[in-house]
Amino acid sequence: MSAADWLAVWLTAKLAGLTTLLLLLLGTPLAWWLARTRSRIKPLASALVAMPLVLPPTVLGFYGLLLMGPQGPVGQFTQAMGWGRLPFTFSGLVVASVIYSMPFVVQPLQQAFEAIPERLLEAAATLRAGPLDRFFSVALPLARPGLLTAAVLGFAHTVGEFGVVMMIGGNLPGQTRVLSVALYEHVEAGELADAHRLAAGMLVFALVVLLALQALRRRMDGEARVQP
Amino acid sequence: MISLQLALQRPGFALNVALQLPSQGVTALVGPSGCGKTSLLRAVAGLERAAGRVQVGSQLWQDDAQGLWLPTHRRPLGYVIQDSALFDHLDVQANVLYGRQRGGAAAQDFALDGLIELLGLAPLLARRPGTLSGGERQRVAIARALASGPSLLLMDEPLAALDAQRKAEILPYLERLVSQWRVPMLLVTHAMDEAARLADHLVMLQAGQVTASGPLLDLLSRPDLPLSRLDEAGVVLAAQVDTHDGPYGLSHITVPGGGLWLGRTDAPVGTTVRARVLARDVSVARVAPQGSSVINVLPVTLQAMQPEGHTVLLRLRLDGPMAAQAAAHVLARITRRSADALALQVGDALFAQIKGVALM
Repeated sequence: MSAADWLAVWLTAKLAGLTTLLLLLLGTPLAWWLARTRSRIKPLASALVAMPLVLPPTVLGFYGLLLMGPQGPVGQFTQAMGWGRLPFTFSGLVVASVIYSMPFVVQPLQQAFEAIPERLLEAAATLRAGPLDRFFSVALPLARPGLLTAAVLGFAHTVGEFGVVMMIGGNLPGQTRVLSVALYEHVEAGELADAHRLAAGMLVFALVVLLALQALRRRMDGEARVQP
Repeated sequence: MISLQLALQRPGFALNVALQLPSQGVTALVGPSGCGKTSLLRAVAGLERAAGRVQVGSQLWQDDAQGLWLPTHRRPLGYVIQDSALFDHLDVQANVLYGRQRGGAAAQDFALDGLIELLGLAPLLARRPGTLSGGERQRVAIARALASGPSLLLMDEPLAALDAQRKAEILPYLERLVSQWRVPMLLVTHAMDEAARLADHLVMLQAGQVTASGPLLDLLSRPDLPLSRLDEAGVVLAAQVDTHDGPYGLSHITVPGGGLWLGRTDAPVGTTVRARVLARDVSVARVAPQGSSVINVLPVTLQAMQPEGHTVLLRLRLDGPMAAQAAAHVLARITRRSADALALQVGDALFAQIKGVALM
């Protein structure tokens, strides 16, 4: 594989890793809120989070471009803060990926939180645990399988994005030229051998990740049930 | 004193109670399902937002007049529910320590070893809750609640999810707990035998209202209360074992105002036990029966009569060598026909024949 392709692999891993980390930090409280709230705006919030599931990525990319562009509100804000413009930069890609992969992280987490029986949190409250304490000592450990699924799905989905990258990131080596874009470029240029190496690599990666995930979940289930 | 004034409105249901309960021993809340027992307990714990006032000893947990309402985690209480609600991600020891670590000074006041010993948890400490039986889970839940050093232990049907065998296995632990632990307990149950076995004080609820509240032994022998309408109506007597009769396989117990024979018990002479006498096992006669196979025949005075359909429930005071006001009572259920044939009147001196006495 060429140095340029290795750069694309590294860039993709960096983008997916950073996106997943940010999503776990932002998505966990959001999922917790969605799982427990009785607020009237919950349906709207749920729908907004789920949007990237049904929206064509190019539509997302298009609006992202407009918002982050020099005339857009986000663009004006980032410029005013002295951070420059986001489109066609790695940071812009991270911001777009966070939104694009949001449902893949928030939904498994939300389901995991919803599956925790209310009586366990009440039991923690009767044992003097305050709200934050209950979240960290009961909810989060019990949602561990959901947390794992969320992280894997968020990572894998970010690795696979293409439409959003094309609209917002373009194709700058070391900046925005991620794996999927590099693959597309090889195919366009008729370099099928290079394309194969990237495509097959991703195929194997996906398979390994899914197998590892299953093994881990089995072990977690076992830990919860069987005496060590 | 535990003082509760709570009002709660739910669709199709209203809870409205004012109770003064002793701050020692076990108070049982009994009543049909849907009468508000659980809601009352949840309101005391702050898991349900009811209007009113909750005072436990010198601590005020809720007082609407002052705008005071402590959230559940700031109320020093223990709460045990039917299905244990153990934390599956922690082992038994970590479950027990959960509340202790958060309970402040009150939780550090006693040695954990004593509690673990009392509930027989030592062999279970390293296990995961998922591997425990229902009875074991419930013992862990009780230890976990007590380890946080509560000022009040609330128990909502702690035995209801267990089969008879598991129940029989855990009841002795509960009894030891009641006699050794000085935390007042509020026990919700629909099983009268559980209440009779564990409680000192009884509160009866019906459709969100208190229908009776008082010492257990008094309430059980009052014919006017719905308790006596059950088929298992009867009384529980505090008794002392005084003799064992080996050859005949019998034991003799003394109750205020009389003595009773029953099947040989393992309880040593001198121990205090609770004996249950069901109303349907008691019959009466005007003269001391001759040549009867019933060995428990006691002189009694008829104190009250309560007709119910074709039967009559009698409240009888034991007339043995004991000041009359301290004497124990038993209930007898006889047919209306017998009551008429004997021309029973309140105040009559009778003989009660007691066919069955069970230790609890």
